[in-house]
Amino acid sequence: MSSEALTSAQYIKHHLTNWTFGRHTNGHWGFAGNADEIKEMGFMSINVDTMFWSIFLGVFFLWMFRKAAKKAEAGVPGKLQNFVEWIVEFIDTSVRGSFSARNAIVAPLSLTIFVWVFLMNLMDLVPVDWLPLFAGWVGQTFFGIDPHHVYFRVVPSADPNATFGMAFSVFFLVLFYSIKIKGIGGFAGELTLQPFQSKNKLVMALFIPINFLLEFVSLIAKPISLSLRLYGNMYAGEMIFILIAMMYSANIGMGIFGGFLQLGWAIFHILIITLQAFIFMTLTIVYLEMAHHDH
Amino acid sequence: MNINLTLIGQSITFLVFVWFCMKFVWPPVMGALREREKNIADGLAAAERGEHEQELAEKRAAKKLHEAKQQAGEIIALAQKRAGEIVDEAKMDARTEGERLVTAARSEIDQEVNRAKEALRKQVAGIAVAGASKVLEREIDESTHGEILDKLMAEI
Repeated sequence: MSSEALTSAQYIKHHLTNWTFGRHTNGHWGFAGNADEIKEMGFMSINVDTMFWSIFLGVFFLWMFRKAAKKAEAGVPGKLQNFVEWIVEFIDTSVRGSFSARNAIVAPLSLTIFVWVFLMNLMDLVPVDWLPLFAGWVGQTFFGIDPHHVYFRVVPSADPNATFGMAFSVFFLVLFYSIKIKGIGGFAGELTLQPFQSKNKLVMALFIPINFLLEFVSLIAKPISLSLRLYGNMYAGEMIFILIAMMYSANIGMGIFGGFLQLGWAIFHILIITLQAFIFMTLTIVYLEMAHHDH
Repeated sequence: MNINLTLIGQSITFLVFVWFCMKFVWPPVMGALREREKNIADGLAAAERGEHEQELAEKRAAKKLHEAKQQAGEIIALAQKRAGEIVDEAKMDARTEGERLVTAARSEIDQEVNRAKEALRKQVAGIAVAGASKVLEREIDESTHGEILDKLMAEI
């Protein structure tokens, strides 16, 4: 489709490049024209497409739920309220199942994670060329930019920045509650005084660095695994959709075959996106539960 | 995999969303859910209570009915007994009255008999005196022989 003038590699690369705003090497701020410029910008840049879609979806989620929440009453619920209550009830059950302490933030946090991640993942089911082509058309028509240099990724959760951003926020909450509940000493003790323990003070002193190494790795693995799991799944899903989309430009037989493949993968992907949202939420609850209790 | 400012932007966005959800979404929805749960529980409890009360009322009614039946039975038995008594009393009264009447009649008869006897006796004495006077032809003085006649009369 849009790969008429592009090779397969260029097509894939075009799809996997973010629309980036950042500081050019010459010190000016502006949109990056290609992948190399993005690389040069380094950390001082922001993925506009990721931010746009994530905020758009998040606001949509909150708007919808807020609308239901405002009208929420104990009487007979309407359709929207019913739907929202169904999700809230589901989240509440999940939180009650694995979180035993009392903390008002955990349930809303879980709800936000589940629905937001689900919506971001859901963008994966929009045919891969639609929104980038539209963005290219807008760029060309209104801004006179070569559509091949208009980059637009629509799945925020396939951008590691989004998943790491969330995972680090969760990690921050885990650290915050660990210290708040157990105290700095208790938290430090948890990091250094287990799993190896000894009554002999000298041996114990020897164990402390070993314990710390083990516990620190397991602590730091939490946000990393949390974010990489979601990112990896969504990135792979998006990649497969892109590969399938490339079949459309081969010939009509391949195109029809690709259509079936896309349908099959999309149906399978519905499971994955829901599952990933659920896993992200459940692990968050579990991590916060661990932060609230000695183990 | 370019890590850039988006990371920080996403973290902030995420925390803002969580804050909003915690402040404006979760409490009202949860409140409505809890309230409805309570309402349903109350309704069920009220229904159960009503059922229980109905059961009790039915039991009470059955008991009342039983009592009333028993009382009616007692009253009927009492009435029957009383009726028997009245009949007995009436019979007794009739019998005593009859006996009294019989006794009165008998005494009257006795009196009548006595009276008749007296009259007869007098007549017999008269006849006897008349007869004797006829036989003796004035030999017997009525005043002289009155004593004898009286004795005779008493003997008869």
